Amino acid sequence: MSMRLLDPNKQNLNGQRLTSYSEAIQIAFEYLLEKYPEVFILGQGVWSPWYVGTTMKGLDKKFGKERVIDSPVSEWACTGLGVGASLFGYKPIIIHPRMDFMVLASDPLVNQAAKWSYMLGGQANPQVTIRAIINRGGEQGAQHSQALHSWYAHIPGLRVVMPSTPKDARDLLIASVLCKDPVIYIDDRWLYDQKEMLSPIEELDLSKEKPQILKEGKDITIVGSSYSSYLAMQAAKELEKQRIFAEVIDLRILNPIDYNIIVKSVEKTNRLMVVDGSWKNCGIAGEVIASVVERIDPRILKSKPSRITLPDSPAPTSKVLEDIYYPKIDRIVQNIELIVKTPSKLLNNIF
Amino acid sequence: MLNLGDLANPKKFIDPIHIDRADSEFLIQALCMMMLIRETEQCIAELVKSGIANCPCHLAVGQEAISVGVARHLNKQDRVFGNHRSHTQYLALGGDLEELLAEILGKATGCSKGMGGSMHLYAGEQGFHGSVPIVAGTIPLAVGAALAAKFDQKGSVGVAFFGDGACEEGVLHESLNISSVMKLPMIFVVENNLYSSHLDIQQRQPFDSTSRFAEAHGIPYEVVEGNDVGAVEKAAAKLIQRSRDNKGPGFLEAVTFRWLGHVGSNEDIDVGIRRSLEEIKAWKKRDPVQRLFLALEKNEIMSQKEFQQHLQDIKKRVRQAKENALQAPWPKLENLESYVYASTGSE
Repeated sequence: MSMRLLDPNKQNLNGQRLTSYSEAIQIAFEYLLEKYPEVFILGQGVWSPWYVGTTMKGLDKKFGKERVIDSPVSEWACTGLGVGASLFGYKPIIIHPRMDFMVLASDPLVNQAAKWSYMLGGQANPQVTIRAIINRGGEQGAQHSQALHSWYAHIPGLRVVMPSTPKDARDLLIASVLCKDPVIYIDDRWLYDQKEMLSPIEELDLSKEKPQILKEGKDITIVGSSYSSYLAMQAAKELEKQRIFAEVIDLRILNPIDYNIIVKSVEKTNRLMVVDGSWKNCGIAGEVIASVVERIDPRILKSKPSRITLPDSPAPTSKVLEDIYYPKIDRIVQNIELIVKTPSKLLNNIF
Repeated sequence: MLNLGDLANPKKFIDPIHIDRADSEFLIQALCMMMLIRETEQCIAELVKSGIANCPCHLAVGQEAISVGVARHLNKQDRVFGNHRSHTQYLALGGDLEELLAEILGKATGCSKGMGGSMHLYAGEQGFHGSVPIVAGTIPLAVGAALAAKFDQKGSVGVAFFGDGACEEGVLHESLNISSVMKLPMIFVVENNLYSSHLDIQQRQPFDSTSRFAEAHGIPYEVVEGNDVGAVEKAAAKLIQRSRDNKGPGFLEAVTFRWLGHVGSNEDIDVGIRRSLEEIKAWKKRDPVQRLFLALEKNEIMSQKEFQQHLQDIKKRVRQAKENALQAPWPKLENLESYVYASTGSE
């Protein structure tokens, strides 16, 4: 497999167009609205001049304000409306332009959508997509910065999707909307300028999608998702300069997770690090480590599995604190240098 | 309006209800359905008492007229959602009796395949699209169903049944607002039984009529004696027709009282601040079944003998359904995780 994440500034030598992550989202919306009359959009800001970080530009004008609906400030009701409409042949996409506000919509997601199929014996299924945006940095502070994917991934019945590449941003959004289950699709504004050359649209079956190897390597497996996968890729490039070859795996879907690819990778590299932009306690990083360790003979490990996450604190505002709050490429590189260069015999007493 | 006044007074409205002879066919059906609901609820109460039914069962003895009255004006294409106390709506809309009892017993033949119990009922083909115990939880879902109905342009409506307690949840207000501003074909039905669990409405709200919330959102409303099936169905007819004609949402507040406690087979006397034996006794005189029967008898539409015959038939039907449900198979153990996702393929 080749490297999929390109530098934002990289020129395309063949003169073909590079598509950014944010443009890829826009393309997916246009494709869905064009091809599927049962798709509609409901959420705050979809008629605003900013069009949700320019990922939904002019959809209201092109497809009509009846199908692209800017909503009252009512997260709970709007999300519930999506769940309800999805039971009657529609494929709604509910937009939460900032994930923090989606906490107000917990009941229709956690109690209703996630359990609807199960508690009614599979006789009805809410085919609703919730698009949640991680929008952080810039001293926005504790309630304008959250990445709550681990939280939602804890809930059986919710599929949680976190694309890290423009191609996935497009194709997994389409797959989410076409999936019969409720899906939380989470995009991260820090990825919006990532660019790659896109192949034609593929309609994927979300239930069959698995983690992907973004870069092959032999010394350590780094697992990430969304922006953390981008960080992992950049760290892997740095590490190559020191002849440390990291294998980078992008989770793509956080619930349910297919572990086969990750387990095989760790059996090859014998080392595991997970990078995640949410908190440590009960977070996806710990879950991946535990699930891998359960599936392997731990004696094959040459080092303790490790994770780089947010500290267990809310996001600060002041820029000096914000600067040390989020995982960074340097930190991943330094940690991996330490792990790979530490002789494994020093770790014998761990297991 | 702010206060229910006489509508909340059990000493009022105790006479036979006012009926129109021309409507006798519906009234006989309504009486039989109300009797079926009551017999079923009493059967479930016995199953709870004897420890055979273990899931939480919220019974609606005394509240039968509301579902039956509203259901008269709904069809199978409408989208009705319930709450924790929804055996009434399920049966009134034509849900299968045996499947209801099997569901309550956790059997595979239940209306939700034994995965839901009393609080998660489903009869989609009859227009009943689900009930849940999270208070107010289905209200926005019903509004979403109404939005879908508006897109469909076939005159269907979304309907949410909920209680006075749900009016204290924020999402009701969000839902009223959005239904009004989007002019959705949505019917809000409040079964105001004056209690939420153990606590009476005077301890929870400054006024006892929930219709004030509809008024605040510019939604037409009707407030009726909920133990008078005629009053309920007439008010429902007006609001539902308006919604079908694309004129926006409606709000029906039907005042009633539950004879049994919040959950299970007890009467819940003195568990709260106001609920007393005297109050329950008084409300039993405002019995929706008796008042309808006496009206039918007075108008020579049904005799006491015919009433007894109906009652015996219904008792027999409920007994038979209970026996069948008791004999029905349990869910297969391998189905523990079968219904989590509708699409499959992952590990």
